[in-house]
Amino acid sequence: MSRLTEDNVRVAHEIISHYPRSRSATIPLLHLAQQQDGYVTNDAIRHIGELVGATSAEVLGTATFYEMFKFEPVGKYLVNICRTMSCALMGGEELMHHAEHRLGIKAGSTTPDGMFTLEHAECQAACTEAPTLQVNYRYRFRVTPETFDALIDDLAAGRLDSEIPAHGTVARIRQHIPAERGVGAVPPEDATNAPSWMTVAEAPK
Amino acid sequence: MTGTTYSHAPGFVAGDRPQIVTSRFEYEDSYTLERALATDGYAGLRAALSRSATEVHDEVKAATVLGRGGAGFPAGTKWGLTPAGVWPRYLVVNGDESEPGTYKDRLLMERDPHQLIEGCLIACYAAGLSQCFLYIRGEMALAQERVAAALNEAYAAGYVGRNILGSDFSLDIVLHWGAGAYVVGEETALIESLEGNRGMPRLKPPFFPAAIGLYGKPTIVNNVETMANLPWLMRNGSAAYTAIGSATSPGTRMVAVSGHVKRPGVYEIINGTTTFRDLLYGAEFCGGIRDNNELKAFVPGGGSAPWFLPDQLDLPFEGRLIGAAGSMAGSGAVMVMDDTTDIPNAALTLTRFYAHESCGKCTPCREGGTWLMRILDRVVAGQGTQRDLDQLLEVGGTICPGDFPHASSERLGLAAVPFPYKMTTICFVGPSAYTPVHSALTLFRDEFEAKLVKRTFIPVTAVSVSETEAAL
Repeated sequence: MSRLTEDNVRVAHEIISHYPRSRSATIPLLHLAQQQDGYVTNDAIRHIGELVGATSAEVLGTATFYEMFKFEPVGKYLVNICRTMSCALMGGEELMHHAEHRLGIKAGSTTPDGMFTLEHAECQAACTEAPTLQVNYRYRFRVTPETFDALIDDLAAGRLDSEIPAHGTVARIRQHIPAERGVGAVPPEDATNAPSWMTVAEAPK
Repeated sequence: MTGTTYSHAPGFVAGDRPQIVTSRFEYEDSYTLERALATDGYAGLRAALSRSATEVHDEVKAATVLGRGGAGFPAGTKWGLTPAGVWPRYLVVNGDESEPGTYKDRLLMERDPHQLIEGCLIACYAAGLSQCFLYIRGEMALAQERVAAALNEAYAAGYVGRNILGSDFSLDIVLHWGAGAYVVGEETALIESLEGNRGMPRLKPPFFPAAIGLYGKPTIVNNVETMANLPWLMRNGSAAYTAIGSATSPGTRMVAVSGHVKRPGVYEIINGTTTFRDLLYGAEFCGGIRDNNELKAFVPGGGSAPWFLPDQLDLPFEGRLIGAAGSMAGSGAVMVMDDTTDIPNAALTLTRFYAHESCGKCTPCREGGTWLMRILDRVVAGQGTQRDLDQLLEVGGTICPGDFPHASSERLGLAAVPFPYKMTTICFVGPSAYTPVHSALTLFRDEFEAKLVKRTFIPVTAVSVSETEAAL
């Protein structure tokens, strides 16, 4: 149970500075907390509320709406197997069946060693490459039982560590707006003039 | 089969056709600023900045760039719907692509983020939008990384930020990302999510985002592919744009064809004239049904679209024509089912999706979608009764009262009911849970009946227990 570290608070302030209202940073900060701890802790929720000016209940209310946020530890690798139409037509259900046997767990649970959590997923936007899965949101296409087994072996042996970070980290590259280049976010009530390049006055409609 | 595939862009198939949004896909490093600049990158922005904002807006209106997110509303017209004199105005770019069967925005973000950034700049310049938020689906890690890296490059090189290319046009583009919720693809839910809330759609009318959107200010919500069209349009002009495609659907559009075809793929097709037969059977497209099976049915425009039968193969991929025929072009996703497909089960995969993704705000969707899923689940498991099939239609009627759109069928003697439907929900998630049920049940009722539980009526007095067990 931990609040955001000092380094992550700096990142949080940078994220918040991108938005006209700090509440907009709620989801990015929840991702940041999950990146730090592997899941979203109660302390992190309280801390995020302090940072964006919301109550813990409001932050929790937002967080529980979104499927990517976990509120208890999950495996180092979250394996999501798609079951929506295109994948189902091309063998997604059979793939899940195989995965359950290979990992020895049912969908929705974690292996006892804490390495793998298996989940059903809905459409992953790679329908022509069905059946698909994601490991910590990294794609694998046209997965067969053989390639699934090889993937699990590689993950367990740490051979994919450079490509697939542990659960919690989604994008490894962040946007940075350099101070000398950025316009800066302004609360909407302080930006009520027409932008400078809109030189032609609008005729009332 | 003809057409080129690239190992660095799995799923995409290039052909001998005009390329408006995929012209850089052939390059492995298409996502870098260096490659973009070597291939006309930001030339569209320069062209736009050399003209007044009004002129650029007029050019986009003249090209009739239809929104590529699903509704097909012309982008130029949408930009003009903001109330006069109300500032600031925002641009929110919808990259929360998650409609079943659809993926093109993901490729456009992963393969050519600079084209997207350039499109956002052009839109903001033309419509006087003072900040842009690029909302990318949470599960798309690579797209987020590519867009973040591209934004960092573009800021450093002076294409985004203060006084862009030395002009008085200044704009911040902020990368924002979601966390897994289909409904957030609906524009008002997207805005709620961007404000840090649960992604539940807002009631509209009376106020559409163009009038009251992000932070209560005028907000334009456009799809990634719509934005990606703008750099080419600015470089080549609206006359060149409308010279491609049909009069009502100009340009090209990205279509993903998946399911039981020989070569599933994402194709940039000529808008409005390419027929489903071309797409499914053409040598430059999918090359026919897998194993030379017969086509049974197909979904023409993403999981929310009513299904088509082989009778509709000669329809062109054109929004109005598809709408009149009883479905929608939607997000450009065709899902193909061959004659080996278990239709009730296929319908279940979609209904389960929408029931799962209901945000819970509207009762007909929250409760109705779940009912539909449970009843259908029972039928598919061989536990359903005739009453269940009627109940499916009854529950659907509470989400979508009145006639529901469907395709015509010579075999079934059905006349087409045009799109759209009436609905008792704020957004399309609820009706979309019913769509696959209605299509499958209307067009393939016999397959559902074949799955119903076989119950034999046995008078209590006439038989012994062992005989009853034998009968069961």
